[in-house]
Amino acid sequence: MVTTALFFVFAGLAIACAISMVYHRNPLYSAISLVGVFISLSCIYLTLAAPFIAAVQILIYAGAIMVLVVFVIMLLNLDDEPTANRLKYLWALGAGLGVLLLAQTFFIFYAVMRAPNVPSDQNLTAGKTMNIGQAMYTEYLLPVEIVGVLLLMAIIGSVILVRRLKQPKLELVVDNELELRHEEKPLI
Amino acid sequence: MEPSLASYLALSGVLFTIGAVGVIFKRNAIGMFMCIELMLNAVNLTFVAFSRYYGDVTGQLFVFMVMSVAAAEAAVGLGIIIAFFRNKQSVDVDDASLMRN
Repeated sequence: MVTTALFFVFAGLAIACAISMVYHRNPLYSAISLVGVFISLSCIYLTLAAPFIAAVQILIYAGAIMVLVVFVIMLLNLDDEPTANRLKYLWALGAGLGVLLLAQTFFIFYAVMRAPNVPSDQNLTAGKTMNIGQAMYTEYLLPVEIVGVLLLMAIIGSVILVRRLKQPKLELVVDNELELRHEEKPLI
Repeated sequence: MEPSLASYLALSGVLFTIGAVGVIFKRNAIGMFMCIELMLNAVNLTFVAFSRYYGDVTGQLFVFMVMSVAAAEAAVGLGIIIAFFRNKQSVDVDDASLMRN
């Protein structure tokens, strides 16, 4: 009973924060709302008896990724998004897609309700950190290694992307193109 | 008594819908990025719910992988946004239409 009450409280909070994220035009408000979604989802993971995933959700999503996003928003000094002056049809398209996806969702809801009821696993062993660690380093060792390589590639890739390239010395320059280039020097 | 599997799936579907609609409505690259994170989280919720209801640890391992990929995506995606901002002084995706005309 308590689990159900907690689920509905945090589900409502998650949906409210998600709508607020899409609604706000200021990217910083969106980021804060998204942190709210992550924290409510973390609490829902706790009601699902998955404490490890809940902790990792807070650490990685709310702790690392959102700090990075807020850092970039502050670095770029973004203003409010201007109101759309074109692409009015996107509203119709987006609303249509939203209605379609929601209908699909509730069809799945209906189908699962009709299906034979799945009793939840009562011994609650799956979510324990020890079991996850054991599975991670025995049965799923290769995927974990591959994810490590992927993270290394992401580090190298982002360093190469953001690195400022030196201007090549020898270049064919016509007339006063060089002055023009110096004028439009990037801000950061 | 605890909530049924279907209610977790419904919550996940609603969150995914909000994220997908947000990707279409937002014109800010960072806003679109955050909507993609929301969709990834909605999928994670289904994995954890199924893992709970079938008593299998694989779903939670998969969530861990998805989180690692999301972290890698955040690093590379924000790098691309910063590189784009350097060239255009804007993060509006409408400005990224160099190939069109």
